[in-house]
Amino acid sequence: MKIRRIAGSVAVLAAGALVLAGCGGGSGSGTSGGGQTGVVTVNGSEPENPLIPTNTNETGGGKIIDLINSGLFYYDADGIPQPEIAASVTSDDKIVWTVALDDGWVFSDGSPITAHSFVDAWNFGALSSNNQLNGYWFQDIEGFDALQAETQDGQVIAPPEKTEMSGLVVLDDLTFTITLTSALADYPLRLGYAAYYPLPEAAFDDVDAYGRAPLSSGPYTIAENGWRHNQEIRLIPNDMYSGGRTPMNKGVTVKFYTGLDAAYNDLLSGNLDVLDSIPPSSFATFENELGMRAVNQPAAIFQSFTIPQWLDHFTGAEGALRRAAISHAIDRETITSTIFSGTRTPAVDFTSPVIDGWSDSIEGSDVLTYDPAKAVELWAQADAVSRWTGTFTIAYNADGGHQEWVDAVTNSIRNVLGIEAVAQSYGDFATMRTDVNAARNGAPSGLTGAWRSGWQADYPGLYNFLGALYGTGGSSNDGNYSDPAFDALLLQGNQAATLDEANGFFQESQTILFKDLPAIPLWYSNVTGGFSTSVDGVVFGWNSVPLYWDITKK
Amino acid sequence: MVRYLGRRLLQAVPVFFGATLLIYFMVFALPGDPVLALGGDRGISDALAAQLREQYNLDKPFIVQYLLYLQGILTGDFGTTFAGRPVGELIASAFPVTFQLALMALAFEAILGIGAGLVAGLRKGKLFDATVLVVSLLVIAVPTFVIGFVLQFVVGVRWGWLPVTVGSNVSFTSLLMPAMVLGAVSFAYVLRLTRTSVAENLSADFVRTATAKGLSRRRVVNVHVLRNSLIPVITFLGADLGALMGGAIVTEGIFNIHGVGGTLFAAIRQGHAPTVVSFTTILVIVYILANLLVDLLYAALDPRIRYDD
Repeated sequence: MKIRRIAGSVAVLAAGALVLAGCGGGSGSGTSGGGQTGVVTVNGSEPENPLIPTNTNETGGGKIIDLINSGLFYYDADGIPQPEIAASVTSDDKIVWTVALDDGWVFSDGSPITAHSFVDAWNFGALSSNNQLNGYWFQDIEGFDALQAETQDGQVIAPPEKTEMSGLVVLDDLTFTITLTSALADYPLRLGYAAYYPLPEAAFDDVDAYGRAPLSSGPYTIAENGWRHNQEIRLIPNDMYSGGRTPMNKGVTVKFYTGLDAAYNDLLSGNLDVLDSIPPSSFATFENELGMRAVNQPAAIFQSFTIPQWLDHFTGAEGALRRAAISHAIDRETITSTIFSGTRTPAVDFTSPVIDGWSDSIEGSDVLTYDPAKAVELWAQADAVSRWTGTFTIAYNADGGHQEWVDAVTNSIRNVLGIEAVAQSYGDFATMRTDVNAARNGAPSGLTGAWRSGWQADYPGLYNFLGALYGTGGSSNDGNYSDPAFDALLLQGNQAATLDEANGFFQESQTILFKDLPAIPLWYSNVTGGFSTSVDGVVFGWNSVPLYWDITKK
Repeated sequence: MVRYLGRRLLQAVPVFFGATLLIYFMVFALPGDPVLALGGDRGISDALAAQLREQYNLDKPFIVQYLLYLQGILTGDFGTTFAGRPVGELIASAFPVTFQLALMALAFEAILGIGAGLVAGLRKGKLFDATVLVVSLLVIAVPTFVIGFVLQFVVGVRWGWLPVTVGSNVSFTSLLMPAMVLGAVSFAYVLRLTRTSVAENLSADFVRTATAKGLSRRRVVNVHVLRNSLIPVITFLGADLGALMGGAIVTEGIFNIHGVGGTLFAAIRQGHAPTVVSFTTILVIVYILANLLVDLLYAALDPRIRYDD
């Protein structure tokens, strides 16, 4: 058989394709943009994990989790925890905490929220065989270790011994106690975080299925067929919600974006109401383009680079001099204003200005000022101890927009101190993380010096920025810093009777960090955002996420 | 003809296995531990890391991982992403929109490219020809993302003629601008290819013969010149369909289209082999089919080419 003339020209085929393509389109159109009355559209991204509070550790899923769940507390605009389901959380010794719940709270299927809803959810999250990314949140509760599988060389060799933490005891339907392994004065501050949200019994039958269609206990609930994967999720007010976050709008539609540039253009053209992050390409212009509708304020994000304790020339007295010299050699003001167009704020401590207890006048913080003469002097003193040779490097992951500032910082160091200082580039975050982990554990690693580090607060407390990063054996203490006096001050803070007293100790502990400089503080990230002319009442919370329930639509 | 088709399709089988094996190996060889990246700056506990590795078969040797993946595919299970979504679901959501976009881009570049190329070729050296050459040169020289951002800002944001982004609103109008941006560079190539080919064929023997036979100018151009000139253009378009589908990442990013490019890019960054391999394999199959179609079209365009039994 031969092919006869199929078509005179390809144009006919192509035209057919065009028609076909056009036909396919009709079905896809749905509600989007600012179309529906009273509904606020905001930017977001497809959740990377099922919508389970203990398994969501990224912002895309996090902002949805926070809107469809209630916790013991919620955070107001200033980061102060306000009781939501909790009636009270009290402790005499800061070790055993008694939690009393308000009566009458229900999940959106009508089942009551009881002490079991919390305790079961926390045990589920802590049990390592459930693979919950937020499991580490429960590590301070007594009996946590028994819920962790034993591993050797990256392989599980023994499953967890138990499935329930001994530190959680249900007293009655509305009361339970939490026993911690050691005193933590700021513990209630943490209880507003997503990992501590309750889960209904129905969730545990098939958690993955529940994560795709979760019930609500929060101010909003997912509309019927409202989750269109990779496109948008439509949230409508939850009638059964009775807490303090009363929705002031008729719903929130989170539109998923592949990139911030597209979202910003949608904001400019009125197709998006609230944008919680300005694309770097518009840093220089967004405040002009949006005027009063632009937001640019410090956030609970601290950025630094870590100089590990094992690096030659950076230990002991010589190391302290060199670390201070390097800190003095960095022109933070110029770098934040030129490279970041003022969307970073030079750091004056190791935490963040949005955290209650933050201070800009901690003793020793002058080491963060740009002072070339002092830097040269300190470096010369260190050279007297042992002569410097080699190259100072700062590693960064090229997929996170870090190259420019790392180059600027190494340039600044090179120009002031006259030493070789260069950036060490890793292709992506996973590669850098692998090398940092290996180096930390003493294994062979390609890491040649310092690396960029940072911390975004999980809860609005000073300890959150200090304990895990610089405490001896801390889970994110990648530079293996250890100082008994610093640990002692953290402990004193944790045992303090009041949060104010605790904050005093946490501030004092930073005077030690300023002497030892386990990491060189650089700046706080700002939250940059904007909103359209059709919404009012846009306020960004301590965690850089707008208080969506408070937004009204004109 | 049927045997020819069968033989060509059979050839796709080893290509399928070769491609999946090769791509799986490349993802496997990517540096960095995908499980560690899941924890972000905070890191991840040893117990959790070990369990996740086990769950996603990352603790097994390469060949075992690959065979487990193949076994899954043959039973219709493409694996699950780190987010717990079936990869099959990802395919079902990403491919239709990208396919629609690629078809529209292909139609755009074919209709306008061949049309303008034909006119330019027939009037070689005249004003239209010169203008078209300059314009196409510009389109080739300017990077796609520049064309994309400028069009989006001017036509979408400033004038408001077309939707600024696509997102959940996938329709002919919302995809129009992205399709033009995506097809822009190929449009310029198609135009130049057609123009050269037409100009060359105009002075070929068979065209002179046709004209000498007394055929009308219209018939000479349509049947003799154009049909013969289309062979290189069709070859280009066939290969381009695959390139448009896999290479739309820039355009997809600018216009917020949740298609193949973006999903694939995210999966590569996460080091998630099942997604990467499934997506690229489908792209490979699209290439194979498009090429087969091109070969069949040759026979339609050029009577000298036959695929006999």
